[in-house]
Amino acid sequence: MASTPNLQLPTPDTRGPTATGGTARLGVGVWALGIAIGALLFVMTPRMIALAPYESTMGLVQKIFYYHAPSGITMFLSAFVAGIAGLLYIFKRQPRYDRMCLAASELTVLFGAMVLITGPLWARKAWGVWWDWDARLTSSLLLWMMFVACLLVRRYGGPGGERLGAAIAAFGMVNVPFVYVSVNIWRTLHPKTTVVPSLAPGMRGVFWICTLGFVVLYTLLLTTRARLERQRAMAEDLHLALEERSTQS
Amino acid sequence: MRPFLTAAWLIARKDLTVEVRSREIVATTVFFAVSCTLVFAFSLVQEGRTVVDAAAGLLWIAIAFSGTLALGRTFERERFNDTLRALMLAPSDRPAIYVGKLLGILAMLLAVELVLVPLVGLLFQAPLLAHPGLIGALVLLGTLGFCAVGTLFAAMLVRTRSRDVLLPVVLYPLTIPVIIAGVRGTVAVLASPPDLAMAQFWIGLLASFDAVFILLALWTFEPVMTE
Amino acid sequence: MDFDRISFTNVSRYFERRRALSHVTLECAGGEIVGLLGHNGAGKSTLLSIAATLLRPSAGEIRYGTAAFDDAGPDVRRRIGVLGHETQLYGELTATENLRFFASLYGMNRIEDRVALALSRAELSRRAHDAVSGFSRGMRQRLALERALLHEPRLLLLDEPFTGLDHHASLAMADRLASLAAEGRIVLLATHDLDLAERVVTRAAILRDGRLAAIHNDPRSLRARYLDAQIGTG
Repeated sequence: MASTPNLQLPTPDTRGPTATGGTARLGVGVWALGIAIGALLFVMTPRMIALAPYESTMGLVQKIFYYHAPSGITMFLSAFVAGIAGLLYIFKRQPRYDRMCLAASELTVLFGAMVLITGPLWARKAWGVWWDWDARLTSSLLLWMMFVACLLVRRYGGPGGERLGAAIAAFGMVNVPFVYVSVNIWRTLHPKTTVVPSLAPGMRGVFWICTLGFVVLYTLLLTTRARLERQRAMAEDLHLALEERSTQS
Repeated sequence: MRPFLTAAWLIARKDLTVEVRSREIVATTVFFAVSCTLVFAFSLVQEGRTVVDAAAGLLWIAIAFSGTLALGRTFERERFNDTLRALMLAPSDRPAIYVGKLLGILAMLLAVELVLVPLVGLLFQAPLLAHPGLIGALVLLGTLGFCAVGTLFAAMLVRTRSRDVLLPVVLYPLTIPVIIAGVRGTVAVLASPPDLAMAQFWIGLLASFDAVFILLALWTFEPVMTE
Repeated sequence: MDFDRISFTNVSRYFERRRALSHVTLECAGGEIVGLLGHNGAGKSTLLSIAATLLRPSAGEIRYGTAAFDDAGPDVRRRIGVLGHETQLYGELTATENLRFFASLYGMNRIEDRVALALSRAELSRRAHDAVSGFSRGMRQRLALERALLHEPRLLLLDEPFTGLDHHASLAMADRLASLAAEGRIVLLATHDLDLAERVVTRAAILRDGRLAAIHNDPRSLRARYLDAQIGTG
C-alpha cells in the first residue's frame, strides 16, 4: 500500500465499452485523402458554382440550391445510417454501433438544420413567402423532428437512453417512406410550381460534384464523431480501472 | 403460436379487468378528451360556425393527446408494483406482453372514442356519423397505429427519468403519418360529396403503417426491453 | 428442463461509470440457502437481477446447470421464482385473481387447486376475494412469496424478503425457506438482517463494492465475520 499503483491499460472486457471490432484510428492515408478531397471540393465547388449558368427566372438566388439539395440528400443518407446502426445496436449490443448511431443522429440534425435554413431563404426570394408547406421541406422537417427527439432522449433519458435513441432512429428511418407519401399526397391536393426545376445541362455536373463533396464531408464528420465517442469510452474504462485499483489496495 | 396468443390475451384481459374495477383511465381520459374538444371549440368557433376542416383536425388532436395520457397511465400502473418485471420473468414469449398491452390500451381508447367522435360531430356540425364504416375504419386503424408505436416506447420509458415528458416528445413525430392520414381521410369523408376514393387511400395507408410498425415493434420488443 | 445448480463465473456488470459487480464467482446448488450480504450498493440486487435473467452481465458467465445465460429462454424462466423489493402484485385484483393470472401465464394445470393451496399456505384463505390493495405489508409479502412459488421453481431468488415483516412472520418465512431448500431447491437470498441470516442461511457470500469479499460456509457468528469482511481484514 506504500507504492503508487502501477496504472496499466486494463485488458478490454469482451463486452466493455471499448470493445470493438474496428480500429479507433483511421489510417493516415485515408485521412490525407479525405482532407485532400475535402479541400479540393471546398476550393473547386465555389468556383464551379460561381461559373455555373444563371437560372432563367431566379437568377443568382437559385445557386443556394447547390447547398440546399445536397444537404437534403445527405440528411436522408444520414437518417438511413442512423437507423441501420440503431437496429444493429439493438440486436448486437456492440458499443460501436451505438456510437455510430449517435454520430449519425447528430449529423442528421445538423444537415437537416441546413436544409431547413436554406429552404426558406430560397423560398422567400423565389416565391415571396418563408414557408408554404412544400412537400419536400415539410417531410424534411418531420424527419428532422424525429431525430431531434432522438437526441433529446439520449440526453435526458438517463441510463438506458442509448437503447431508446437507437429505437427512435430505427423507427424514424422506417417512417421515411410513410412521411414522404402522406405529405406528398396531402400537398398535391394543393398543387403549385415544382420546387426543383429540371436541371439544365450546365448545372447538372456542378450539382453532382457538390453532392459528392457533401457526402465526403459527411463521412469525415461521421467517423470523427464516432471516434470521439470511442475515446470517451476509453477514458471511462481507465477511470473504472483506476477506481478498482484504489479499492483493491 | 397458441401460447403466444394465450399469453397476450391473458395480459389484455387482466388489464381490462383492472380498468373495469378502477375505471380510472377511461374516466379521466374521456373527461380530458371532452375538455380538450371544448377548448378547441372556444378557440375556433366564430359566430357559431367553425373553420372548414376543423372538426377532422381537432378529432385527431384529441385522439393523440388522449392516447398519450392513456399510454402513460397504463405503464405507470405496471411500474408502481414492478409488475412489468413479473411479466418479463414469465416464460411466455416477451412480444406477447407487447401484444397484450397493445390490445388493452386499444380497447380503452376505442371506448373513449365512442364518446369523442359523436361529441366532435355535434359541437362542430360535422356529419361524422353519416359514414360510420369509413369513419370507424379510419379511427380504428389510426388508433391502432398510434398505440402500436406508443406501446413500445411507453414500455421502454418505464424505467427512464423524465418519462412523462419524453413520451410525447418521442411519440408525436413518429406518429405524424398516422395523424396526417387520419385527418385527411376524415376530411375526405366529411366533404360534400364525400371523396370515397381518397378516404380509401388513406385507410390503405393506415393499414400498411400499422402492419409495418407492429411487425417492427414485435421484432425489437425483447432486445430493447432487456438491459 | 431442470438444473441442480447455478454458477456465476467472473461476473461483472457496470452502469456507465460505476461497476456494480466485479468478477464475482459463486456456485449455489440445490438444498442450499445462500445469503448475499452487504451494504446498499454492494451489488446484491444486481446479482439477483442477473440470476433472474432480467439483466445481462457485462462480462463473465452464468450457467443454470449446463445451460448458458444466452440460451436461457422461457424454459429456464419457468424454473425461476423471484420475490423482489416490490410485491409484483396487482392492487386492484383480488388475491385469487392475482394467483390465477400468474398461474395461467406460467401455463400451470389444475389452477384452482394450486391457487387454493397457495392461499392456505399464505394464511389468506379468508381474504381470498379481497383486493390486494387492502392488504397489510405482511399479507402482501406472504402472497408475493406464494406467487413466486406457484410454478414450483427450482431457483428461488429473494431480495430483502424480511423487510416489513414482524418477528413472527419473519420466523415463519425462515422456516418456509428451510423446508423449500430441503426439497432440493436452490435458494439465493439478499438481506441486511444478519441475525435472521445467521438463522436461515447455510452459506453466506459477502459483497463489498461489487466484489465478493468473502464466502463463509459456516454461518455462525456471521456478525463478526461480516464486519471483518467490510473492513477488509477477513
